[in-house]
Amino acid sequence: MTVTDTPVQVGSPDPAATFDCRQDFAQELAALAREDDRVVAVCNDSVGSSNLTAFREEFPDRLVNVGIAEQDLVGVGAGLANAGLIPFVCAAAPFLTGRATEQIKADVAYSQRHVVLCGQSPGMAYGELGPTHHSIEDLSWMRAVAGLPVVVPADPQQTRAAVRWAAQLGRGSYLRIPRFKVPVVSQESDVFAPGRAVVVREGHDVTLVAVGSMVSRAVWAADALAADGISARVLNMAFVEPLDRDAVLAAARETAGIVTVEEATVSGGLGAAVASVVAQEHPCPMRILGVENAFAPTGSASFLLDHFGLTTEGVVAAAQDVVGRARS
Amino acid sequence: MSSLTAPLTEDVSAEPRALAADAGAAAAYLEAVARHRTLGGEELARALGRVATGVRRDVITTIQGAGLGHVGGDLSVTDILVTAYWHTLTLDPTRPDLPGRDRFVLSKGHCAAALYSTLASAGFFPRAELATFAQPMSPLNGHPNRVKVPGVETNTGPLGHGFPVATGCALGAKLLGEDYRTIVVLGDGEMQEGSNWEAAMTAAHYELHDLTAVVDRNRLQQGARTEDTKTLEPLHDKWTSFGWETRRIDGHDHLALVEAMGPSTTGKPVAIVADTVKGKGVSFMEDRVEWHHKVPTDEQVVAALEELSA
Repeated sequence: MTVTDTPVQVGSPDPAATFDCRQDFAQELAALAREDDRVVAVCNDSVGSSNLTAFREEFPDRLVNVGIAEQDLVGVGAGLANAGLIPFVCAAAPFLTGRATEQIKADVAYSQRHVVLCGQSPGMAYGELGPTHHSIEDLSWMRAVAGLPVVVPADPQQTRAAVRWAAQLGRGSYLRIPRFKVPVVSQESDVFAPGRAVVVREGHDVTLVAVGSMVSRAVWAADALAADGISARVLNMAFVEPLDRDAVLAAARETAGIVTVEEATVSGGLGAAVASVVAQEHPCPMRILGVENAFAPTGSASFLLDHFGLTTEGVVAAAQDVVGRARS
Repeated sequence: MSSLTAPLTEDVSAEPRALAADAGAAAAYLEAVARHRTLGGEELARALGRVATGVRRDVITTIQGAGLGHVGGDLSVTDILVTAYWHTLTLDPTRPDLPGRDRFVLSKGHCAAALYSTLASAGFFPRAELATFAQPMSPLNGHPNRVKVPGVETNTGPLGHGFPVATGCALGAKLLGEDYRTIVVLGDGEMQEGSNWEAAMTAAHYELHDLTAVVDRNRLQQGARTEDTKTLEPLHDKWTSFGWETRRIDGHDHLALVEAMGPSTTGKPVAIVADTVKGKGVSFMEDRVEWHHKVPTDEQVVAALEELSA
């Protein structure tokens, strides 16, 4: 099955029905734990924020809480994997990836240990709590670690698929579990596999590549562009690593250019990954939407996404720019 | 949504050259460990001392051949390694991944030469491989790598990593109802890393009585004496206050090490502060900060091996 063979969703995500994916994450983790005794959850005093309260009630002996100690958290996870368990290490994404970057590199990735690193509440989810609590660097940091898949589910179904996929991988991975409420953007028939983008919408003028909370906005942008006579392809690039190079190159060849959208810094994340392929293999106009070298002001998550132009309108404007540049 | 279990499209890690056990050496090792456990007193001390001298000689020649290494710490930790491997741990070098095996983690991973020499002495891989230490494409990296070297449980090198991982190994045994032991060896300078104290709290909280942490207390770190860099003492009291059963011994006394590495008597994890001498066994290296990672000249190797020929 190639990317362009995958079914294409024709409808628009319903903005009135949105979900906190942590619930689906927790439910799927509990389902896995019922099927496999080796599955354990490990957290850093984040039972509530990682939505593990029900897991703890059902599996009191299979929830390890190391307290507020992220380096220990990841190291203990690697040791549990050494013992033959399948640890899901859960913590707020900024602290899991920031405070334990070296543990993730040395103890998990370099040591080839099957630890599922679950970054909770990423991006601007903790809007009002300020930049210390925003996880916008995690995609860049985790992408830089060799052999570590970086997965950004966009909705509840994809979150469940990511949990199940990571549990059978046999090596470590980083899952970015959304808290910012998202509508459904995937379908039952979507393929969830490394290096495989999901074509959410077919199109031939411009390609919008988005991850996580930005996928629905990209689809709404495609709707708006269609009204303007611009046919936009939308890719849900849930695997930032390994990236679907074929889908990127197809977009570069078959459409006028590419707009990437991520709830993250533009320094080294999804846009940089796509740009690296495009620049080296098939140069085309690009716009990379994200946070540009800035710490956020105070505000809610949705306020901050608006502030940084991560909106349907922002995507539309970038797409029009790309199309305009290609035509000029 | 279907969850396709396709393999990753790219595996970026280089394929290591596989090392396998030296069957003859492994058999001799298993026989010797069984014998050591029936011995006591001077006989056991002499037996472990002979192994330690051999390991120290291999450390010297391995580092000379590679042109790099951390000879001072290698020599201070040798007696701890030899006692653990040649008496306390239950391991089968021909089956290094056996599920119920005891776990050993060298958290002070810069002393890889001592670990490799000990593993080779036990037959985990042929002793001749030591000559490839740190050479291009050798499995024997400058720091331990579990994928390349049988017997290594986790990759170490950056300090403050091995202890949390060992804590996870011990916690895993508890969750799985298994009774294997986990021993982790830490450098004393390494105790300045905060992650170790995070692990110390976790292990005490979960009452991991099958976990033993040994601090190689040689009182020197890379740049200076530990106490001139950042004070560690009273180290014994620190461990005790963190909820550990704590033992302080001469880290070059094999019989003291054998006893200290015995089981917990309190249900708490066991910390051993092993007072050692950096560069132990080579007079001109002993307690000298510059031998943290200095490479001996040919003349110095001859002199060192002379001292280590007893």
